[in-house]
Amino acid sequence: MTAVCGTCPPVVMDRFAWSRSSWPRVCPLLSGTDTTVETERESAGIMVEHVASVELPVDERLKIEKYRWKPSPDKDGGGRFSVVTGIHGDELEGQYVCYEVGKRIREHPELLTGTVDIYPAMNPFGIDSMMRGIPAFDLDMNRIFPGQKDGDMNEYLASLIIQDVSGSDMVLDIHASNAYLTEVPQIRINTLHQKELVPYAESMNVDLIWVHPNATVLESTFAYSLNSIGTRVLVIEMGIGMRITKSIGCQVTEGIFHLMHQMGIWAGKTGPVKKPIISTDPDEICYLNAPRGGIYIADTAAGDEVEKGQVIGRLVSPLTGEIFETVTAPYSGWLFTQREYPLTAAGSLMGRILKRG
Amino acid sequence: MREEMVMELPAIYRDAFRIRSFLFGEGEKSVCIVGAQRGNEYQQLYVTSLLVRRLRDLEERGGICQGKQICVVPCVNPYSINAKKRFWTADNTDINRMYPGYDLGETTQRIAAALFDVAKVYRYGIQFASFYMPGRFLPHVRIMKTGLEDPELALKFGFPYVVLHVPRPFDTTTLNYNWQIWDTKAFSLYTTETNHIDETSARQAVDGVFRFLHTQGILKDRIPGGYFSEIVETPDLASVRTSCAGFFFPTAGAGDRVTAGQKLAEIRDTYTNELKEELVSPVDGRLFFVRNEPLTYQATAVFKIIPQGAEKRIR
Repeated sequence: MTAVCGTCPPVVMDRFAWSRSSWPRVCPLLSGTDTTVETERESAGIMVEHVASVELPVDERLKIEKYRWKPSPDKDGGGRFSVVTGIHGDELEGQYVCYEVGKRIREHPELLTGTVDIYPAMNPFGIDSMMRGIPAFDLDMNRIFPGQKDGDMNEYLASLIIQDVSGSDMVLDIHASNAYLTEVPQIRINTLHQKELVPYAESMNVDLIWVHPNATVLESTFAYSLNSIGTRVLVIEMGIGMRITKSIGCQVTEGIFHLMHQMGIWAGKTGPVKKPIISTDPDEICYLNAPRGGIYIADTAAGDEVEKGQVIGRLVSPLTGEIFETVTAPYSGWLFTQREYPLTAAGSLMGRILKRG
Repeated sequence: MREEMVMELPAIYRDAFRIRSFLFGEGEKSVCIVGAQRGNEYQQLYVTSLLVRRLRDLEERGGICQGKQICVVPCVNPYSINAKKRFWTADNTDINRMYPGYDLGETTQRIAAALFDVAKVYRYGIQFASFYMPGRFLPHVRIMKTGLEDPELALKFGFPYVVLHVPRPFDTTTLNYNWQIWDTKAFSLYTTETNHIDETSARQAVDGVFRFLHTQGILKDRIPGGYFSEIVETPDLASVRTSCAGFFFPTAGAGDRVTAGQKLAEIRDTYTNELKEELVSPVDGRLFFVRNEPLTYQATAVFKIIPQGAEKRIR
């Protein structure tokens, strides 16, 4: 079948009668650690696995969950595909993608020919409290990988996450910019991993593949940590924080099924994918930073083509009615990042242009 | 004393964002001292305010050596302190993860660049720093091991400990790390507190800075006292982690000598007050860090101990 977002009728089925027996009661990766590792049986008979779990002070456990979809043993080609999101608690676009992927597999589990792991909330505290980082610590979770098993709680959790995800044949780490910016669907790849990852990224139905130079500070990200130990991770940036953009979610979901099909994990047919622009030259990217504070009124949208000199927005004063600055495009090109949050300070990013011509 | 504006940014609905520096003496740019970079660093702000007052008095009575200039920046982040928010008010980014900064970049990159542009030309850099976990430290000087560090120089502060920290990737964008890369001898000073003022360790820090400046020929007056510092490397510190969550009652404090097996804390159930865990010291040593929050999570490092014999001395 062709996976088409939102058009499949809900299917009621006796879910995974054939796969239940393959579920581990205790995650073999974690057995023997001092974390309480649990698997839970939901009322519907579905198993949810806990990647990590720690006790909180008052009647609660912090749990990082995954959902494992297993093919029937006779169809299992042995591949493993992981979809990860929610490392930043304010980025929710990946929630829709996880849902869509799960929904489509749920509708046609017979088409699964490999294992699919869904990790929708790596930073559950952050998601719950609408915070980008880890709330109680004000830490950016994506700066503490690969973590340390004997480190503080967050580093300990990070180490368990890496341990659990490692070994996947492909990992998608889905981000959604932040609360301020909209990004066209894109995959960002460190130059160190360019050769290995770009061929996979081209199958992902995104608009842009941005190959960026390495920076030491990025070595503490989830993606870098796994790529450096041989587990392939593609970092997707898409949409905007604190929102779900269905069209973008569907686009990326199509890409996921396309790539899974190519990797022998999904037997269903998939449609054609976009041919992305691949940017490897840092000088091709123009950053538009606000020259001063103000309220930014955008006259463009993410994905627009702009001409050099074209007005793309204004920084204004609601107090006096004056225009502080009229922002024009310094180059012709493709506006692939667009500021949505109106309040700006000097330096706030208003957009990025991929220069053309 | 002269005041200079390191940076001023207009804002739409707040007073301008300003970073001020206070300059003492004339001549070689000898030492730059940086206070609060985060909105909860009250102790760091307080210590630098004490330094400004004492340096002003010293300068008036000729206590600064000829040809030496001292720069003090008490606060890099007034907006966050005033709003009682730890990181940058608008986007929650950490200025101390933005160095060396970028003057055409995003707001906190610009702030870091403006400060670093001033600070990087000094021979010595001293920063009053804070740790992300709330707790009490033994006062110490911390240096990153970049290959350019100079631990012997750090002994001149006369603090109880000099800690050598092996930087991790996320440390490479801190002020301390970048100072070293730009050839400034950099030291991070930790007193016991962050979001409370501790008068004793604040005055100890001021004395330590003045002692250091005297040994480097920047201030005339000798500051008596001080410690023969012990040098410790962070991988040598022993952590005591919780295996459950609950109320946290430490029975020992930062600076205490402890023996292996000695009780350090109790963790009690938050509903029934029953004892859930007794934490004990795994080694003989001295408590270097003690977490000071009433509740603890599971798997949390609540004590760090300098094991007996882990200290090194350079004489």
